[in-house]
Amino acid sequence: MNVIKVTAENFETEVLKSDKPVVADFNADWCGPCQMLKPVIDELAEERPDVKFVSINIDDQDDLAYEHNVSSIPCLVKFVGGSEASRSVGFKPKSEIIKFIGG
Amino acid sequence: MYDIIVIGAGPAGLTAAIYARRASKTVLVLEAMTYGGQIINTPDIENYPAAPHISGLDFANRLYEQATGLGAEVVFERVTEIKDGTEKTVVTAENTYTAKAVIIATGSQNRKLGIEGERELVGRGVSYCATCDGAFFRNKKVAVMGGGNTALEDALYLADLAETVYLIHRRGEFRGDEATVNALKERQNIKFVLNSTVTKLIADKRLTAIEVTDKNTGAVTKLDVNGLFVAIGRTPENQPFEDLIKLDEAGYIAAGEDCITNVPGIFAAGDNRTKSLRQLVTAAADGAAAATAAVQYISR
Ligand SMILES: Cc1cc2nc3c(=O)[nH]c(=O)nc-3n(C[C@H](O)[C@H](O)[C@H](O)COP(=O)(O)OP(=O)(O)OC[C@H]3O[C@@H](n4cnc5c(N)ncnc54)[C@H](O)[C@@H]3O)c2cc1C
Repeated sequence: MNVIKVTAENFETEVLKSDKPVVADFNADWCGPCQMLKPVIDELAEERPDVKFVSINIDDQDDLAYEHNVSSIPCLVKFVGGSEASRSVGFKPKSEIIKFIGG
Repeated sequence: MYDIIVIGAGPAGLTAAIYARRASKTVLVLEAMTYGGQIINTPDIENYPAAPHISGLDFANRLYEQATGLGAEVVFERVTEIKDGTEKTVVTAENTYTAKAVIIATGSQNRKLGIEGERELVGRGVSYCATCDGAFFRNKKVAVMGGGNTALEDALYLADLAETVYLIHRRGEFRGDEATVNALKERQNIKFVLNSTVTKLIADKRLTAIEVTDKNTGAVTKLDVNGLFVAIGRTPENQPFEDLIKLDEAGYIAAGEDCITNVPGIFAAGDNRTKSLRQLVTAAADGAAAATAAVQYISR
């Protein structure tokens, strides 16, 4: 599956109302560790059809970042049933991201 | 068995790999996080010779391609232990590797305040990098803790974005650059909080305030801030080796310019070694020196 770009317009339908767990990747183009994390997320999106992966650009979507208390990127927020279940801040290797996503 | 195992794929480790490969040695680089090390956090490097402007990410990508292009193998595993012997054994959570020589290039990490709630609030108001996270605090109130050049530069950078910047320092004056201190004093929105340290973090889902204690009077002041930037220096990453390798008082590997440690066949390169200037150019220089020393050791 592809990583879906999410904005304030489709956040509710793609994230809050998703029937699968969602991993939201808050990122920015100028953020080095975010660019390092991107290929890891792309790979996981292929490998994990049971999870929806979305990307949120904090420069365009600063309100979404603020609403979700994101103040450092890269930041992965896992949503289950419309609410935050856990989060992971900073670059982490794939093995740790897999643990973060869980079963 | 490899000729040389390098621990850490930062600027020092990858430069060591380049030199070792050019000397026709087999090289394994073990990296706990991602290649590039600390430098991937900076959007613009302006002081690397012959590269007047390059982003940290581009720098890391180029270095990685150069090292792997020359045949260095990079594996993403964290090293937990080195065992000494005629051959060296390097242990990770997943595997065990052996080599004739080892280069430790594990760099350094941001020093933490060590107060309650700090870990949980990273990314929810607590940060160690103003240029990385400053953008989240436009027109908000923030504090910077620290008194060295990094803290001063962070305060200046944030003063352009934030409404108010409290600069909290445990001494009465600053160690940093005089020109920067003067520039800070000219900013209306920077407020100095001297002889004080941050003693408490107050949060409701995100940081909302901090408590600051005056060292001399013991007085506690509450400051309403959304962001706290901790700039109290860096600490080396040498814990896995401290039983084997001689460290200095601050925890850096006790090795000189030749990068030779107390253990024959184990070398140290980069920010984790005793030295006065920790920069890309000195990390790269160490990588070259350590690889050359390791090659000599192997062919002795
Ligand atoms: C925000 C910022 C901006 C900077 N800007 C500049 C600049 O403009 N110019 C300049 O010259 N310098 C700059 N520096 C300093 C420069 O980045 C460092 O001096 C340099 O990266 C040190 O290189 P290193 O290889 O010794 O260590 P590091 O870059 O710290 O790399 C060490 C690597 O080892 C890995 N590692 C640690 N422990 C283990 C383990 N147990 N097993 C496996 N791997 C491990 C780490 O994950 C890391 O990738 C900056 C630093 C920061 C933080």
